[in-house]
Amino acid sequence: MADVTASEGTLRRFLHGLPGVDPVGLEARAATLGTRSIKTTAKAYAIDLAISMIDLTTLEGADTPGKVRALCGKALNPDPTDRGTPRTAAVCVYPDMVATAVEAVQGSDVKVASVATAFPAGRAALPVKLADTKDAVAAGAHEIDMVIDRGAFLSGRYLEVFEEIKAVKEVCGNARLKVIFETGELSTYDNIRRASWIGMLAGADFIKTSTGKVAVNATPANTLLMLEAVRDFRELTGVQVGVKPAGGIRTTKDAIKFLVLVNETVGEDWLDNHWFRFGASSLLNDLLMQRQKLSTGRYSGPDYVTVD
Amino acid sequence: MSTVDRLSVLKTYKLFVGGKFPRSESGRVYEVTDSKGNWLANAPLSSRKDARDAVVAARKAFGAWSGATAYNRGQILYRVAEMLEGRRDQFTAEVADAEGLSKAKAAAQVDAAIDRWVWYAGWTDKVAQIVGGANPVAGPFFNVSSPEPTGVVAVLAPQESSFLGLVSVIAPVIATGNTAVVIASERAPLPALSLGEVLATSDLPGGVVNLLSGRTAELAVPLAAHQDVNAVDLAGADAELARELEIGAADNLKRVFRPRSVDFSAEPGTDRLTAFLETKTVWHPTGSLGAGGSSY
Repeated sequence: MADVTASEGTLRRFLHGLPGVDPVGLEARAATLGTRSIKTTAKAYAIDLAISMIDLTTLEGADTPGKVRALCGKALNPDPTDRGTPRTAAVCVYPDMVATAVEAVQGSDVKVASVATAFPAGRAALPVKLADTKDAVAAGAHEIDMVIDRGAFLSGRYLEVFEEIKAVKEVCGNARLKVIFETGELSTYDNIRRASWIGMLAGADFIKTSTGKVAVNATPANTLLMLEAVRDFRELTGVQVGVKPAGGIRTTKDAIKFLVLVNETVGEDWLDNHWFRFGASSLLNDLLMQRQKLSTGRYSGPDYVTVD
Repeated sequence: MSTVDRLSVLKTYKLFVGGKFPRSESGRVYEVTDSKGNWLANAPLSSRKDARDAVVAARKAFGAWSGATAYNRGQILYRVAEMLEGRRDQFTAEVADAEGLSKAKAAAQVDAAIDRWVWYAGWTDKVAQIVGGANPVAGPFFNVSSPEPTGVVAVLAPQESSFLGLVSVIAPVIATGNTAVVIASERAPLPALSLGEVLATSDLPGGVVNLLSGRTAELAVPLAAHQDVNAVDLAGADAELARELEIGAADNLKRVFRPRSVDFSAEPGTDRLTAFLETKTVWHPTGSLGAGGSSY
């Protein structure tokens, strides 16, 4: 695949040579897979799996060290009334909160993910983005969530986007890199497919739908498209890349729909929090309420989960 | 086309949840008959999930409704009476069918129901003076109690009185700022489902009243056990069901209003109005008693 990224021209030819997406077919397939009925033991399994896949996120201007510590507490022990509840995969915070989060989750398997590269707009010079990333890595982040330069992508400067991801990947060191495309700003499904390939070619460990800061975030259709991309990429190169839908996934029902998509598109290899994540905050509470309902038989309520 | 050829348009009775008119999530319906067994309509046969969705809607509506001024709530309840007045004939016919009453007797029931909305509309901004107020305490405190709504109330509407009874259990619950999930009379749910259309056009925010039709026992059990329901009115439960529901309700210490024989045509009193209230008491220090003995 090295020759594909040899020049602007070859990369463009490759990306524009990818098969076009049939939007009607894609959305219909995503919708059909969303109608599966998952009940009883399968539901219990799906809920625990979904909890273990959450990147518990707080990305607010008003974040304080106290709030980040509380979030970490929740990631470590999501339901204090049931210690059998799995931990979330990670907490996701801004770079300046990484040190606080790392200290709070120390000694556990909960990872600390940090957004970087002038999240969420990504409108900064490359050296600034690299410094942002280095800062987060130095503070101990295990994972970096970067945003691509949508402006460059939309004006067709694909190689620039590619080089930027590559540069960020280099400064990540051992940290895993998630590349956010902000699918809501890419306008077409064809663009999402192209962006996915740029990300994977540049060495992304994860491809991620969105920042959660725009109107359209993760949808079943765009996640299905990205799952197809990682499936095709592994067939072609043997390299497995993870997928992370983020933003707008708030209910257990939604989360289970995504898990069905994963199982039906890429299979069990991805049904693990090393390869699939949910970027979410309020989703966890709904999962916990559903979990309580399954174990007690009574509908739970927001009074019985922590408010964050 | 001559008028003789015209097919009448039958109404599809639907639930009223969150200000919308959905069918039952289960897709089920059941046949509703009049008192002589003649078919009237198919009503939705709600499922546990409909009940859960209704609780979510009621919880969502609670903040704004309980925070609305008492005066505003009164205006809206009065508006319900106004809207009902305009559809008096429709409700008279529905009540007559449902309960096997003569037209005159059914009309009297509807009139009494309309008056009941007005009666409770008047209570909204007066209930605090009756059950709250300043308390004399032995200390340098100004001590004041005020009633606050309990929260989401699951209401089992009376089985026999399909409309007057229904209004008599809904109005007191929402007058004080609670939101309600109501299970209509199992045998005669049509007046209740039509009431949804009235509530939807009375400036009542969506979700404040949610109306479900179906098997009372099937819906009441998950509601009584629901951790996000704060109180239950068991008006429509028989003794055996009431016992089971009280046990379910005990788990999260719900307020329970036990079934009792009520003449719904009589003036209702404040029993139901004050049943779903919590008293908040504030102790405000006024400083130590001065040499003169005054605390102010």
